[in-house]
Amino acid sequence: MKIREIVDTLDAEVVCGESHIDEFVTRGFASDLMSDVLTLDTDEMVLITGLANMQTIRTVEMADVKCILFVRNKQVTPQMLELAQEEDLVLIRCKYSMFNAVGKLYTAGLSPVY
Amino acid sequence: MEFVYEVEGGNFTKAGNASSAVKKTMKQLNVDPKIVKRTVVALYEAEVNIVAHAYGGVITVNVNAEHIHIVLDDNGPGIPDIDLAMQEGFSTASSKVREMGFGAGMGLPNIKKNVDELKVSSEVDKGTRVEMKTYLKNQ
Repeated sequence: MKIREIVDTLDAEVVCGESHIDEFVTRGFASDLMSDVLTLDTDEMVLITGLANMQTIRTVEMADVKCILFVRNKQVTPQMLELAQEEDLVLIRCKYSMFNAVGKLYTAGLSPVY
Repeated sequence: MEFVYEVEGGNFTKAGNASSAVKKTMKQLNVDPKIVKRTVVALYEAEVNIVAHAYGGVITVNVNAEHIHIVLDDNGPGIPDIDLAMQEGFSTASSKVREMGFGAGMGLPNIKKNVDELKVSSEVDKGTRVEMKTYLKNQ
């Protein structure tokens, strides 16, 4: 699925990385626990999370994940944005709950990591 | 090549700075991306552990053509029972650490999974030393 389709499906806002939104992500992983994200071998995925802090950005940097979807209307702080831009990440955010966002994306064809 | 990084206990804004620097260095050295990921995931978990549990620490990284060797030394409460700390799900993390997305007792087991050699030693009320080594060429 193109990142653009995720944006459209969820009426999401692209916070940064707009030039990459026609790139593909094949899988989604939803977690607020960064330690679990760090156990994955997959990197072609979108991280769907309600955890919005510097460690979210650092975690995807280490895990080679390129796209984060923030749910529950979480705000991206200027510090998070700065680091995300430095790492050339795509950050998007939507107003839906995690359950709702994941349900819509699953229905639209995004695959689970496991 | 040797690199040394200082880590501040309790400062979650900076947690990951050392791991990020090591990642950039390994990429510059053209290390296989899979090995880079394994190494920096382990290092990041260990760096977060210092921030989460200790007053401060030092990370010393030695890298050559054959392997990367990382030693994390902290001043902190130490680990009374290392075998217990290695078990998935065991955690003594504070609620602040959990708010940061860590502290579920997955750190040390995940470090072990991602490195070729791991040694953890600790003295209660003094600190903890974590040594990890990863070979850079597929064997």
